Amino acid sequence: MNATTARMPALRSAPAAEPLRTDGAPYERRSTGPAPAHPSGVIATARIRAGHNGRTTTVPLLHHDGPFHLRRLRARGGQARVRVLGAMSAPLGGDRLALDISAEAHARLEVTTAAATIALRGPTTAPATYDVRVRVGDHAMLHWLPEPLISTRGSTLHQTFVIDLAATAHLLMREEQLLGRSGEAPGHLSTRLTVRRGGRPILEQHTAYGDPAPAWDGPAVLGTHRATGQLLLVDPQLRSPREPHLIGDDPAEGHAVLTPLADPQALIATAVAPTPAQLRHLLDAALAYAYQTPTPQAQGEQ
Amino acid sequence: MSRTALLVLADGRFPAGGHAHSGGMEAAVASGRVHDASSLEAFCRGRLHTAGLVAAGLAAAAADGYDALALDEAADTRTPVPALRHIARRLGRQLMRAARATWPSADLDHLARHRPQGAHQPVVLGVTARAARLTPLDAAQAAAYESVGGPATAAVRLLSLDPFDATAVLARLAGELDTVADAATDTARRVAVEGVGVLPASSAPLLDIAAEQHAAWTVRLFAS
Repeated sequence: MNATTARMPALRSAPAAEPLRTDGAPYERRSTGPAPAHPSGVIATARIRAGHNGRTTTVPLLHHDGPFHLRRLRARGGQARVRVLGAMSAPLGGDRLALDISAEAHARLEVTTAAATIALRGPTTAPATYDVRVRVGDHAMLHWLPEPLISTRGSTLHQTFVIDLAATAHLLMREEQLLGRSGEAPGHLSTRLTVRRGGRPILEQHTAYGDPAPAWDGPAVLGTHRATGQLLLVDPQLRSPREPHLIGDDPAEGHAVLTPLADPQALIATAVAPTPAQLRHLLDAALAYAYQTPTPQAQGEQ
Repeated sequence: MSRTALLVLADGRFPAGGHAHSGGMEAAVASGRVHDASSLEAFCRGRLHTAGLVAAGLAAAAADGYDALALDEAADTRTPVPALRHIARRLGRQLMRAARATWPSADLDHLARHRPQGAHQPVVLGVTARAARLTPLDAAQAAAYESVGGPATAAVRLLSLDPFDATAVLARLAGELDTVADAATDTARRVAVEGVGVLPASSAPLLDIAAEQHAAWTVRLFAS
């Protein structure tokens, strides 16, 4: 979902030979998902599956769809790498987009995106949906490190992230959200995150920013900050609980906190900042701290 | 059910220790994010629709008789920072003590036995409401009210705000409080069939970040 790539015009106007629907609109270009989309919306589900052949990680499935073009990058440090490129501008209003990422037992996979994802209003005020489903198997490792999502004025996007981790799986996930391009009011962006480990939920979270979310820019939620993000690290090697770690001295420059979840092998950093660069700086600092600190002896939280 | 029981439970003078907590207000005032009645209202509205909605959902489901221990775990998964988990359990333990003396019940005893260090306060609140023969909506209403009543009262002390102004903020939020309580109760009804995953999980980054910052202070007026 490259910010700079325009949506291909052919997708918006039907060729003469193609039958039109009774309302004159072109038929859906694709229909791989069951959810009804707005007539002008794109329905697309891209899939990435990595496995382990006993020797190394393989990526037997790369299924491109709609705005998702998937590129295999050179493996690094035994980790297979896939980059999601934008084949068109998305999501626009009415789109139904999904991305399925699966790292099977013992696989080591990194998935990144080539550019920021920009939610735009498009031809309709209908909401767009973006559903990311992640599965990480036993002794597998996934790094899901997309570039930021930018909510632009007039857009409405509902995202869901459902992360299913085996008890011995390793996950590093970063999520960054920018509310409006520079100086612009954002659209509406809601994000529902569920993380399960060994079948049990360890994190349930729902955020809603931009009108009509109540008081999203008030002093309890984001205040004056327009960039917010999280880093989630689930590592079976962690012998926590860690002490909470505060990052950022000056709230005006943004601040973050790195803490263990109730599941002590999961660490989460939550950050707010005025700009995307400051946000990334905070999350990078959180990641560096999470990896550098020796783990103290385990003790009960209660 | 007795309407008076709801007044007793929601009364700030109910001896459950809530007066020592500002619901994030002390940190918000110290950082300058809350400085007058208007920013107080924005704070309370944001807290109501995030932490308040989550608390109301948990309380309603507990008052409905759903497994309190499962709800306590659901509360943990909805509370990513340890400072807020710790406070919720401490407040839960204090409420449990008052509740068992006020409305003795087997459900309260059961929860106290399995969570000796305290269950999350909204879960205890819901079980207490059930013991007092109140409805899930009553429990949700009490939880939602508490999510803004505490911060508003604290703001009066922290900012020397006119108490009339702070009370007016609560009055202006009354309609939204009702909406939140209704929404929480609706989702709580679905828990028996669909599981705790349907309960609200709304989150506010600044409440989480500021709670950990506040917990690191060496001197503070409020416990949270």
